[in-house]
Amino acid sequence: MTETVIHVEGLGKRYRVGERERYLALRDVLTRAFSAPLRRGPRRTPDYLWALRDVSFDISRGEVVGLIGRNGAGKTTLLKLLSRITRPTAGFAEVRGRVGSLLEVGTGFHPELTGRENIYLSGAILGMSKREIDRKQDAIVAFSGVERYLDTPLKYFSTGMQMRLAFAVAAHLEPEILFVDEVLAVGDLEFQKKCLGKMQDISESGRTIVFVSHQMNQIRRLCQRVLWVNDGQIREEGSAGKVIASYETSLMRGAQNGQGDAGASVFLGWEIAGEGNTLKDGLKQITLNFMVSPKAGVHRGHFGLHIYNDANLLVASWGFEEVMLEPGLQQLQIMLPYLPLRPGTYTILCSLYNGGNNLTGGHLLEVWNAIPFLAVDTLPLSHQQDNWAGLFNIPADLKTVARVEKKA
Amino acid sequence: MRITPPSGWWALPLGELWNYRELLYFFVWRDIKIRYKQTAIGAAWAVLQPFLTMLIFSLFFGRLAHIPSQGLPYPIFYYSALLPWMYFATALQNATNTIVENQRLITKVYFPRLALPLSAVLSGLVDFGISFLMFIAMMIYYRIHPTAALLWLPLFLLLAVLTALGVGLWLSALNAIYRDVRYVLPILVQFWLFASPVAYPSSLVPERWRWLYGLNPMAGVIEGFRWSLAGAGHPPSRLIFVSVSVVLVLLVSGVAYFQKMETTVADVV
Repeated sequence: MTETVIHVEGLGKRYRVGERERYLALRDVLTRAFSAPLRRGPRRTPDYLWALRDVSFDISRGEVVGLIGRNGAGKTTLLKLLSRITRPTAGFAEVRGRVGSLLEVGTGFHPELTGRENIYLSGAILGMSKREIDRKQDAIVAFSGVERYLDTPLKYFSTGMQMRLAFAVAAHLEPEILFVDEVLAVGDLEFQKKCLGKMQDISESGRTIVFVSHQMNQIRRLCQRVLWVNDGQIREEGSAGKVIASYETSLMRGAQNGQGDAGASVFLGWEIAGEGNTLKDGLKQITLNFMVSPKAGVHRGHFGLHIYNDANLLVASWGFEEVMLEPGLQQLQIMLPYLPLRPGTYTILCSLYNGGNNLTGGHLLEVWNAIPFLAVDTLPLSHQQDNWAGLFNIPADLKTVARVEKKA
Repeated sequence: MRITPPSGWWALPLGELWNYRELLYFFVWRDIKIRYKQTAIGAAWAVLQPFLTMLIFSLFFGRLAHIPSQGLPYPIFYYSALLPWMYFATALQNATNTIVENQRLITKVYFPRLALPLSAVLSGLVDFGISFLMFIAMMIYYRIHPTAALLWLPLFLLLAVLTALGVGLWLSALNAIYRDVRYVLPILVQFWLFASPVAYPSSLVPERWRWLYGLNPMAGVIEGFRWSLAGAGHPPSRLIFVSVSVVLVLLVSGVAYFQKMETTVADVV
């Protein structure tokens, strides 16, 4: 039985919009007070916006949960509420354990202080004790790679160096629950990799992480579970592969709307028989069903099926000749003995020709970017490091066998 | 820990503040470190500021206006009053601006916000200490021997700290919402300076108005400083109890108002 460390129930946060009360001047309050009795007509009611409304979920100890969603969807507001920076308007949340939040890189850094002094200041602000910082100082410095400038005021650091130092401090936080808001997007590639590795270490040591990112491979790599926040509400939650695929599909759909004539489409949809759009086991036989509804019959047609990965690389491709279709709704069934793809999101591209293929003078009926995307949500079986993981996900075992040399 | 919408109740989060005592220490340390960075003479300013003001006061109020000085040399008369006054004015100023100056921090990380005005008020004590050394040197120069009244000094200092904190809590919370406070503050401080017996002895104030002085805690503090440091005037009268009550009211209401503001500060600041 896993222990729930974050329990959120009906949580909501309302902001006033339009007439923003920022930099409210006393003058405004006074004029409003004096003119109120004289004003005719109905009082103008301020506009409210629910940045977050009726959000409920639970997170257990040791889980790494990703928050995805468009800008302004409410992800950051959710993190701010959970880390007590601002208070909710409705509902409540229960958080059990020491919380560290990382909503910004370099929280509390002061330009006039030296690198070393800033390690202490930022560390203390993020919740470390002085003794803890004393102990970790060397590790922080080594991680940041800015040893040489440690006694120089921060204002003479380049932005990149400041970021490195800031993240190095943050990476050595050891709270039981860590909230991270899109801070991994900084720094060069090598440094990003270092940070991701550190996050993985943290999660492997049994601590809970809630993590916002727009980079889906980061989320896929770090998180077991994903919450998709949309318009201040949880739109979908579940395994990383599945939720990311429906999120990306929705982005895609948004981009496609307004282009092309959706009504004239021959292709209506697709699924893996019995499994929806998520592939859960790539090593067993599957059937892909494509729903089509041609206006006229297709004779000696050609059906092309292509699968691309998220780097837009063609991973697998088939062409079927002599396709015969009646007008009206029917299904194209493709049987595959296995589809051993690495976990991730894939795009399926379909093409349909009538009377031949593209080389034999066939007539192109439609090229269809399949919606939704194909989510492959299987256990990773290939190399642990991303850049060596390759395209396929095939199980392998290693055995050491003694071999006797034959003497000549 | 339960996160709920703000309710009408408030409580002084003393326990929580205690948990964050190291952060409080780091805030004070930061304020002190930064204060004289990139200045040529550094912490000497902590001495020069009251010292130069003392010279100006001695020259204009003393030599030219012949204001009575309770039998003390003018430098001692003015410096002993400027010690608590300079501390109070700077502490109040820093406390008032602290929420606005740290708004980035407030919107990015949680800590008891009370730590900010508290550290602003505490960090001024270091400057006070440095300028106090100067006073000791002056005492030696003028051959003034301290009396047993010196033992009362920490209490007067505490009263000054609490006054700065009480008013600072109110003003920093107000400043977070109404930036007008920034412009009102210098005028308030100036008015307060003349309402306190810094440039003149309180004996100049007519007897029938003297009771008003009790409402200004700094009057008691400054008279108390002169009495305990240089043995001038009388020990503070019963009026000091009025001052203490005023400070307590300011402090309690200040904490209450500040705590109320704290629940929304990250959204409005």
